[in-house]
Amino acid sequence: MTHRANRTLQVAGLARVEGEGALHVRTVGGEVDRVELNIYEPPRFFEAFLRGRNFREPPDITARICGICPVAYQMSACQAIEDACGVEVGGQLRALRRLLYCGEWISSHTLHIYLLHAPDFLGFADGIAMAGAHRAIVERGLALKKAGNQIMDVIGGRAIHPVNVRVGGFYRVPTPDELRPLAKTLHQALYDALGTLEWVAGFDFPDLEVPHDLLALRDDEGYPLDRGAPHTSTGLTFPVADFSNHVVEHQVPHSTALHARLDDRTFLVGPLARYSLNSDRLSPVAREAAAAVGLGPVCRNPFRSIVVRAVEVVYAVEEALRIIDSYERPDSPWVEVDPRAGVGHGITEAPRGLLYHRYGLDAAGRILSADIVPPTSQNQSAIEADVAQVVRSHQHLDDHALQSLCERTIRNYDPCISCSAHFLDFTREST
Amino acid sequence: MPTIAVWKFTSCDGCQLTLLDCEDELLPLTEHVHIAHFLEATSVSEPGPYDISIVEGSVTTPDETERIRWIREQSDVLVVVGACATSGGIQALRNFADVDEFRSIVYARPEHIATLGTSTAISAHVSVDHELRGCPIDKGQLLELLTALLAGRKPDLPDTSVCTDCKRRGLTCVLVAHGTPCLGPVTHAGCGALCPAVNRGCYGCFGPMNRPNVPALVPLLRRSGMGDDELHLVFRTFNADAEWT
Repeated sequence: MTHRANRTLQVAGLARVEGEGALHVRTVGGEVDRVELNIYEPPRFFEAFLRGRNFREPPDITARICGICPVAYQMSACQAIEDACGVEVGGQLRALRRLLYCGEWISSHTLHIYLLHAPDFLGFADGIAMAGAHRAIVERGLALKKAGNQIMDVIGGRAIHPVNVRVGGFYRVPTPDELRPLAKTLHQALYDALGTLEWVAGFDFPDLEVPHDLLALRDDEGYPLDRGAPHTSTGLTFPVADFSNHVVEHQVPHSTALHARLDDRTFLVGPLARYSLNSDRLSPVAREAAAAVGLGPVCRNPFRSIVVRAVEVVYAVEEALRIIDSYERPDSPWVEVDPRAGVGHGITEAPRGLLYHRYGLDAAGRILSADIVPPTSQNQSAIEADVAQVVRSHQHLDDHALQSLCERTIRNYDPCISCSAHFLDFTREST
Repeated sequence: MPTIAVWKFTSCDGCQLTLLDCEDELLPLTEHVHIAHFLEATSVSEPGPYDISIVEGSVTTPDETERIRWIREQSDVLVVVGACATSGGIQALRNFADVDEFRSIVYARPEHIATLGTSTAISAHVSVDHELRGCPIDKGQLLELLTALLAGRKPDLPDTSVCTDCKRRGLTCVLVAHGTPCLGPVTHAGCGALCPAVNRGCYGCFGPMNRPNVPALVPLLRRSGMGDDELHLVFRTFNADAEWT
């Protein structure tokens, strides 16, 4: 079997991921020679056409970067612009933002768990085929996903590209009565989320322990969603404004999304990082549920990310219920935000990890510059490193089995390629 | 069983996600159609021809201009969904960029990127049988269209303005009563008047209605406080390259 030492694996179009990517792996003499996550999603130039727009527009415009996590874009954009204008949104308005974000976490994570990721573990091509054998389980997943979308419908006015978010808060805030039916749905969702966790924790997980730095927000007031300071597993912490001093992007030939390094090291963002740096911040029910399925305080096996996502869904449902329970309608749906010249930074935890926005504004509120760093571009190097590690330790597999294991390794990160590709760096050519 | 294929061009994935957001209808729907290609949802990709193709996204690369022709050849019915597919989407803002300035903006290493200078609707390249407007599309309209196609009847997709949706919901007019700038009178119906329902003016994400009367709306927008700059920006968003006038 001499061919085994020199192998080429190609996946032309990665399935069950958001957006367009391919994978190219080559081994020479039994050594991994090259792993390329090839992102060919066409760029859309958001950072270029944001220039000259009004400072109230980024929540609507940047939401369109990603149909799967528009709320994350709206939240990071609002925070960055409010930071530039010297305004902080707190109290019940902040709580409503967090509630909206919980909706996106529930919906996005559940989509990934049930329709994109679980079929890998159970040997199905997709969630629909899986429903043929496990109809009740898939229906539970869809109901849970719907509960998340319902939060976004009620708070955001629409599940995809919500219409109710504005710089400073919302256009309209709900009455407590309007939230009551949501609470009823969420009580069932909590039960479904716990069932989901128990279900995914029973899967068989390939062995993999990754050495990467972990980067996530950490906040005094709970598990990080809508705010916090960046922390790493090496003990480093830095203010949001220093983000681009630590996370440095660079272009590689095989990707329309920039790669990134954290202080020149490979790192990852997303559920594994968030959980490992914040498991002490979980709500009691989520923490106990995690412990009950044998998940320790730190998780470094990306294949187990499905379990961590399920824990985060439990948390998000509980947190949504807590916010609804203590909700009082604010006097005004928004805080006035007046433009001023300056630079603002925003960072929140998108379902897939840290999402950073920076805007430069002039005194009239015109956007002079925009910089957006989405989670999947930060994760590209870690994904490639994981694929290399998996190939190295599974040389005995035939090409088909190894290729499908590589695809699973990528899917562990729930990569959002539509997001990642739109941020190519521009330099202005001097003429 | 009829076969259906879902294709992505330059886009955010939100419109194809709308199909997966049909939580109550998804599994029953798959009892009536066979999904032959849908990369975001399944690892199985079957060769054509397909009875129905659903296309999300606009054409922005040389490869996409070829791919859409192939999909058209392979598809009995071609449905385009969302602002990107029907008008080029927000990425069509590049179509208006000052050409000299645009040429002066380059990548760090542009040789690795293949992209066109324009973002165009699918109908600029091939004939299209049905279209759904919106950024993103409306779930109810998607289900109506699929149901109609499967039943062999004409879909009920009104081409009137958001105002008709708004009146039907019994909402107070935000433009007349509150003086809030609103594009509802010239914007294609279909969303169910989501923005006026949260006291916000419509921002036109469904694109222009059939024969919009923008000149009649502009004085009302000015009266509600919009200046030249804002008037310029408000039509240059998610359907910037559509026929507003």
